[in-house]
Amino acid sequence: MGIESIDINLVRGAVLILLILAFLGIWAWAWSRNRKTVFREASMLPLEEDFGQVPKNDSKTEGTKE
Amino acid sequence: MTYNDKVVRQFVVMTVIWGIVGMLVGVIIAAQLWLPVLNFDIPWLTYSRLRPLHTNAVIFAFGGSALIGTSFYVVQRTCHVRLFAGGLASLVFWGWQLVILAAAISLPMGWTQGKEYAELEWPIDVLITVVWVAYAVVFFGTIIKRRVSHIYVANWFYAAFIITVALLHIVNNLALPVTMTKSYEVYTGAVDAMVQWWYGHNAVGFFLTAGFLAMMYYFVPKQAEGPVYSYRLSIVHFWALISIYMWAGPHHLHYTALPDWVQSLGMVFSLILLAPSWGGMSNGVMTLSGQWHKLRTDPVLKFMIVALSFYGMSTFEGPMMSIKTVNALSHYTDWTIGHVHSGALGWVAMMTIGSLYSLTPRLMGKKVMFSVKAVDAHFWIATIGIVLYIASMWIAGVMQGLMWRAFNDDGTLTYTFIETIAATKPYYVIRLLGGTLFLAGMFIMAWNTFKTLGQAKAPEFKAAEPAYWGEHA
Repeated sequence: MGIESIDINLVRGAVLILLILAFLGIWAWAWSRNRKTVFREASMLPLEEDFGQVPKNDSKTEGTKE
Repeated sequence: MTYNDKVVRQFVVMTVIWGIVGMLVGVIIAAQLWLPVLNFDIPWLTYSRLRPLHTNAVIFAFGGSALIGTSFYVVQRTCHVRLFAGGLASLVFWGWQLVILAAAISLPMGWTQGKEYAELEWPIDVLITVVWVAYAVVFFGTIIKRRVSHIYVANWFYAAFIITVALLHIVNNLALPVTMTKSYEVYTGAVDAMVQWWYGHNAVGFFLTAGFLAMMYYFVPKQAEGPVYSYRLSIVHFWALISIYMWAGPHHLHYTALPDWVQSLGMVFSLILLAPSWGGMSNGVMTLSGQWHKLRTDPVLKFMIVALSFYGMSTFEGPMMSIKTVNALSHYTDWTIGHVHSGALGWVAMMTIGSLYSLTPRLMGKKVMFSVKAVDAHFWIATIGIVLYIASMWIAGVMQGLMWRAFNDDGTLTYTFIETIAATKPYYVIRLLGGTLFLAGMFIMAWNTFKTLGQAKAPEFKAAEPAYWGEHA
């Protein structure tokens, strides 16, 4: 079967499904349990002030609320 | 190791100055729409030449300086490392100022490619490309040598902004030069229009949205002294936003020679865009949950929360206006101008101002500006200015749309075009007042910024310790 015999619309549909799956994959990855700690640490990055080091965890700054 | 803050300070100062210049030109052309005689019959003061100067100045000079400056600050702080290639960073600053200077001369001279937001002629386009590549090298070089395992979400937004603007700029400005001041673009007809609005709308999406969301993701948590509401939502809405924006451009070309299916595609993707846009907006607003009381005392947070509110409003309004039947009423009217300024003043400028009020004192080792009262005054003047501007343009726009489509029983038009212009005049006066107020606020900001930065010699900050989490722990 030559490449010219493949319906272009089939390719378009397949690409669309792949992109949707990729997006759902990103979603699942972002919500997965093993990312939780990393994301919590990462979310603290803007809270560092230049005068000190990474701020101590207190009630105000314990990672993402959600 | 210390951070390179000199280039950040330079960009901060120029952001304020170019803000004043760009908005002043905006006020002048707003006055000309009310009183056309104000062009004094001088060619380089005519509306047609000053309008592109206004848009280029506020988007690329004011917005661009803010984006590059804050990105240099944020990438260093979130990567715990000094900016890569300090000399190149200075070149980015001076090169960008040279581009702005060239625009400020060439646009009033009438040298233009005739493409909206891409008016600058080819020699300046080449210069922009060189500066932008240098910018990308500095930014990504810093990311590569980072001492933090994770790349903070703000840097993802800055990265998308840098890469996409490079792509948009090169593709839309492909042209055959004839002389130093004249060129012909390589596209023709409907293809040219489509390329132009693919560029134009993604300039909104990646220059005026992604870049400023990056600012939001760093400076809102910083000012609220609490982390972003949901880090995982920030990741999902990032990927959704950048993959959907690309397709929304055709909504600028409804009911034109563009194929109908492309128009419908642009409309559908514009409607889908509501989801990631509001994902970002809610994430920013919810960052303040539990800290709302801070709005009473911190005018900087007020700037940010109003910016996010306008972001939410204009990203709701935009998809609505992209619906073809709504667009049939709104297109070519001042409603579009109102919509643009709800985004440009309400979102972009308010977020920039809020972020700079957070950043500027920190460059001096302080947490607040020289005068917090002046920040508060600026907030109210700017907010009242925006409301006057947008409300007047909404009313004027809907009125124009309704007058243009009014028919008599015999099928003739009810109103002549000049009647719609005469009816718009009062609203142009109100818009001028709103714009003037917003400009006045920028002068307060300039005074406050120079007072804050001029108090003492700026300190040098030591880079934070390396941090490794998750897989590197």
